[in-house]
Amino acid sequence: MTMTTQDTPFVIAGRTFTSRLIVGTGKYPTLPMMKECHEVSGAQMVTVAVRRLDLKATGAESMLSYIDPTRFTLLPNTAGCYTADDAVRTCHLAEELGLSKWVKLEVLGDEKTLYPDVEETLKAARILVKEGFTVLPYTSDDVITARKLADLGCAAVMPLAAPIGSGLGVRNPHNLRLILDAVKVPVIVDAGVGTASDAAIAMELGCHGLLMNTAIAGAKDPVRMARAMKLAVEAGRDAWLAGRIPMKAWASASSPISGLVGQ
Amino acid sequence: MPIRVTINAEPREIPEGTSVEGLLHLLGVTAHRVAVEVNAAVVTRSRHATTTLAPGDFIEVVTFVGGG
Repeated sequence: MTMTTQDTPFVIAGRTFTSRLIVGTGKYPTLPMMKECHEVSGAQMVTVAVRRLDLKATGAESMLSYIDPTRFTLLPNTAGCYTADDAVRTCHLAEELGLSKWVKLEVLGDEKTLYPDVEETLKAARILVKEGFTVLPYTSDDVITARKLADLGCAAVMPLAAPIGSGLGVRNPHNLRLILDAVKVPVIVDAGVGTASDAAIAMELGCHGLLMNTAIAGAKDPVRMARAMKLAVEAGRDAWLAGRIPMKAWASASSPISGLVGQ
Repeated sequence: MPIRVTINAEPREIPEGTSVEGLLHLLGVTAHRVAVEVNAAVVTRSRHATTTLAPGDFIEVVTFVGGG
């Protein structure tokens, strides 16, 4: 191929990923199906949550037996935390569980919107960065917060496209553009994607990566949607690199306007 | 004499002198990778055998589950 543009590697905290798609491990109909979705998606990093072990089912199968540790990096989240203190505590447990200091920081504001509480998110991020964690924070699409998170040492910023699990797609592309312009760390759209075109739109804006769970796990055919998302992320990235044509109000012919028969 | 502790928000009685390692054995934790917290502080794996639980301890036993 003779493409004139070259992609730059997707690097988070010094680690290079060939896939720009990060996928979740929640809400799949079955664990074998989750495993297949992960493989088909091409992702190299999967998010996991930290929860109390069910003491009545301590012999039950672990989800981890469906995730190949040689193929996937685990990214533990702090989902369900509503204070910085709870999020930091969860990160300590995640470190002990996963033997890694990479975390997806998520501090929520309320149950209805699952919007990030940016004040608590910033507070937790400050503590975790000081403790040596590689912090990937879920945040609102507010450029000031994103810049503060990047400035205090987060390895990436992960603004939402729309509320978690809503499938509403990229509601405010302009805000994502502002964030892309304002920070030097990778911008990973986290939450709100519903279908392949949403993923493509995020990547066409120049976002560096995409994190999703429900859009795949909740689809009628999750495995096929995993493939659709893989292709959409790649297509969107290629389109961004290729540089789209400007939008014009009027038509512009693709075929020559001279040499028509009968003229 | 058994001692009373709280594990994952449930009151339990365990033998006096039980270590974190002993507790995990009592609970039958085999298939899962777990992390243990006692009174809101992580007890790292290397200290499971040497950390003895005391009456009134609040213990959390957590694992990775599906999430986004």
